[in-house]
Amino acid sequence: MLRDITLGQYYQTDSVIHKLDPRVKLVATICFIISLFVVKSWVGYVAAAIFLAVMIKLSNVPFKYMVKGMRAIVFILLITVVFNLFLTPGEVLVSVWKLKITREGLQLAVMMAVRLSFLIVGSSVMTLTTTPNSLTDGMEKLMKPLKIFKVPVHEVAMMMSIALRFIPILLEETDKIMKAQIARGADFESGNLVKKAKAMVPLLVPLFISAFRRANDLAMAMEARCYRGGENRTKMKPLKYASRDRIAYGVLAVYFAVCIVIRIYL
Amino acid sequence: MGIIRTDKLVFEYIRRDEEGNVEGITRAVDEVDLNVKQGDFVAILGHNGSGKSTLAKHINAILYPTEGTVWVDGMDTKDEKDLWNIRQEAGMVFQNPDNQIIGQVVEEDVGFGPENMGVPTEEIWERVEESLKAVGMYKYRKYSPNKLSGGQKQRVSIAGVIAMHPKCIILDEPTAMLDPNGRKEVVRAVRGLNDVEGITVVLITHYMEEIIHADRVFVMDKGRIAMQGTPREIFSQVEKLKELRLDVPQVTLLAYELQKSGIDLPDGILTVEELTRALLTVQS
Repeated sequence: MLRDITLGQYYQTDSVIHKLDPRVKLVATICFIISLFVVKSWVGYVAAAIFLAVMIKLSNVPFKYMVKGMRAIVFILLITVVFNLFLTPGEVLVSVWKLKITREGLQLAVMMAVRLSFLIVGSSVMTLTTTPNSLTDGMEKLMKPLKIFKVPVHEVAMMMSIALRFIPILLEETDKIMKAQIARGADFESGNLVKKAKAMVPLLVPLFISAFRRANDLAMAMEARCYRGGENRTKMKPLKYASRDRIAYGVLAVYFAVCIVIRIYL
Repeated sequence: MGIIRTDKLVFEYIRRDEEGNVEGITRAVDEVDLNVKQGDFVAILGHNGSGKSTLAKHINAILYPTEGTVWVDGMDTKDEKDLWNIRQEAGMVFQNPDNQIIGQVVEEDVGFGPENMGVPTEEIWERVEESLKAVGMYKYRKYSPNKLSGGQKQRVSIAGVIAMHPKCIILDEPTAMLDPNGRKEVVRAVRGLNDVEGITVVLITHYMEEIIHADRVFVMDKGRIAMQGTPREIFSQVEKLKELRLDVPQVTLLAYELQKSGIDLPDGILTVEELTRALLTVQS
């Protein structure tokens, strides 16, 4: 039941996008998100759509699989659309009772919907094609300059990858505790939201205790294997830019330039 | 001098009540003298709370002695400058396989130790390959640890320690959480390391079957070493083992009972084959 949740939802297949350096993909995702806010005209969105479509095609991930991720945000999308549709002042198109749909509202609503869905699909291209591990690796490398400001970059990356490693273990454990408590008459299913939330307390306490115990064990095991922070540590899989990564950066720069040009001239 | 040596090792836990007041002091390890030779397979036996895990943690410099000294390959564990050398030379495998695997892929986990030691990238790959092969897990190198069985996970943990090229491995009840099959896998892997690679093994366990192949056995009770000798010497003292609340292997127990009821059998029979042979000679 709980184990069905796929976090990071990496989609295993072979493609150019999969092979790209995680840093490229991270930078590209950030640039793409920024570009969505840079462009303001329809031409801009068409440009973004073309870019996104090409990326999806290159990634070899079935489009259906990608849309699946959209289901989670349908609710947010709907709220945004409704609010923009009814609450934007301007030239009235239709008016029902007290609600008025304006031309500007309609435009804004569609724009917001497009922007949001592009944003989600765009970032899911990254998470679908990058393993959580190389993602943390990429972040660590990208954020390295922050070390000057005493940001514990290596530690944060290590914490993230350990967290990812323990998600399935803790989920399994939650399942186990739940079953043990159901066997003794606990009820997680019935009642309203408050009641359900209260029923979770006896589940969380043992889970936390065991998580702490695991953390303690893991820390000891790491120390026993000579872990002493990021200093003097070598990498088994160091990140190296290949020529395809340079090309990708080039493509990205062109796309971003196009977006800016569109913003200024169109 | 042996690779691991302890001299009058004492370790005390301070017990505290909920307010943090000292309730009392527990001696977990009490004047233990240990001397393990390079290449030996040593087993430490004892029931729960006998201090065997505490003793093990001293060898890896996770705990420091309250009194006495521990030397690993001539290095005093209290000496801070040797700390990382000691941890590299005396690798440690723990009980719970889930709580000691750090990587999300088998090969990455095995590479964790060498990465920490600052081994160059190509050499890490060589080490990972050779240590996964040594425990027979090479074909699982791309797997996620979550998809492996307990015995396989524990073998990955062992590979992770071997990749650091230790001189000895301390295994703290590596089989306690495994099913009989997993237990066999792990014990076979450990014996292989000892036989083929010549790595010194200190196996801490409470399963008697696992220590039959040991060169030397120490039995601990209440923090002290209660018995020591070869497995045969230990198992010939069935009464004393029972006193220490330890189970004797079934064959040994059967032989012992037969002996008591008047059949002329040698002391300390360890395997089924031995007993059959002995019984056949008695018959003829």
